[in-house]
Amino acid sequence: MSVDTGVVRTALYDRHVAAEARIVDFAGYAMPIHYRGIVDEHRRVRETAGMFDVSHMGEFYLSGPSALETLERITTNRAAALVDGRVQYSAMCYESGGFIDDLLVYRLGEEFMLVVNAANKAKDLDWVTSHLLPDTDFRDASDETALIALQGPRSEDVLEAVGGGAFSSLGYYYAARGEVAGRDALVSRTGYTGEDGFEIYCDPDDATAIWDALLDGGAPFDVEPVGLGCRDTLRLEMGYALYGNDIDDTRTPAEAGLMWITKLKKGDFIGRDAIVAKREAGLTERLIGFEIEGRGVPRHGHEIVAGDETVGIVTSGTFSPSLERGIGMGYVAVGTDGPIEIAVRNRRLKAVLVDLPFYKHGSVRRA
Amino acid sequence: MSTAGLRFTESHEWVKIDGDNAVMGLSDYAQHELGDIVFVELPEEGATVAPGDVLATVESVKSVSEMYTPVNGEVIEVNNDLEDSPDLINSDPYGEGWLVKVKLTDAAEIDALMSDDEYEAHTKG
Repeated sequence: MSVDTGVVRTALYDRHVAAEARIVDFAGYAMPIHYRGIVDEHRRVRETAGMFDVSHMGEFYLSGPSALETLERITTNRAAALVDGRVQYSAMCYESGGFIDDLLVYRLGEEFMLVVNAANKAKDLDWVTSHLLPDTDFRDASDETALIALQGPRSEDVLEAVGGGAFSSLGYYYAARGEVAGRDALVSRTGYTGEDGFEIYCDPDDATAIWDALLDGGAPFDVEPVGLGCRDTLRLEMGYALYGNDIDDTRTPAEAGLMWITKLKKGDFIGRDAIVAKREAGLTERLIGFEIEGRGVPRHGHEIVAGDETVGIVTSGTFSPSLERGIGMGYVAVGTDGPIEIAVRNRRLKAVLVDLPFYKHGSVRRA
Repeated sequence: MSTAGLRFTESHEWVKIDGDNAVMGLSDYAQHELGDIVFVELPEEGATVAPGDVLATVESVKSVSEMYTPVNGEVIEVNNDLEDSPDLINSDPYGEGWLVKVKLTDAAEIDALMSDDEYEAHTKG
């Protein structure tokens, strides 16, 4: 990656410019928001396949005799359950129980790879390195790692077309090293869209070769580059939390609906006591999903109202290209279950609470 | 698409004079900035508007934006096709994607607005 005027360019930056992508500064990275339009790209991922450059994500490696023990202490999920090649969704919390970040943890032989949000990279690095047990080695591989997320029901066909057929046998949330387009890569069957797909980690020097090969070889399967704009609409349709919107250092896994990645029985970990105390005291709010009835789009920060009372706040909102209506997530007072309204500027949008995910037809594989 | 004869505002509205009336819409530059438009809130016909008033609210997938009137007048027609097809603003911003028709109080107010060449320079500045 190269630094220019303070904004970091990924190895694929020139490809985005050549494709006339709309590029914005995202967490200090010059990233493509869209190429042709968010709705078009969203449908591409739901229907065939799209390729995201997500090289801005951070990759940390933990190794050494106490690496597992360090991980058990700083993350909420059960790291010991990770067999070689397994991937796990997890979180790091402060002693307060508030989220530092959500992340993926990969077990790769005797090493662990942590994949963290770009906007949290510096904060995460400080936290992890200041909580290493003796005999845990840390390495920040973010700048030497490019990441392409190939997502959509035709992803397997696209990967096979560029010599990645060996990855077709990967189960959901498993990873393996191998070759993509003749280049070394680490490939996992993971994603943030609700569709089947793969995340391809590679050397930045190989990123354009892999990107070009996927586009050329995947042409019969209608693969196209897609931007971060539809990454947000796709993840929200699935009810996946976004750090900075739906989870942050003021929220804990208890009210965020993330107790499934928080293993209280695994033993002590940072944040455990606060989360237990919060549950014992009784939750006062919880993260819910809602759909707008009629026209209008909810946005982050809008108030959620029931009758004359403000009962919560929208943490993520968008127009759902699949449902063709406004959808959102937000925290509401426990016990809120009737009709709600979203206070949007000078009017109120009628909304109804719905179960997540909003979109129930994704091709994503379940383990 | 030709913008000859259109007048533009710094906030990216266009105005086309049609007798005593002015048709208004959002510029091609504006629709590009907004991206896929999914909802449009139009004013009531008969409403009296003054410079700086919000004429319409335009919502895209990623953001919401307001359209202002640069002139005094009365709303005499709104583009109801936008209710079902808000994307007309994206596909044909100077034609089928028009938003509001206003009966002008003082047609001379238009003279203060930018020509298409001046506007093009403005968006590139």
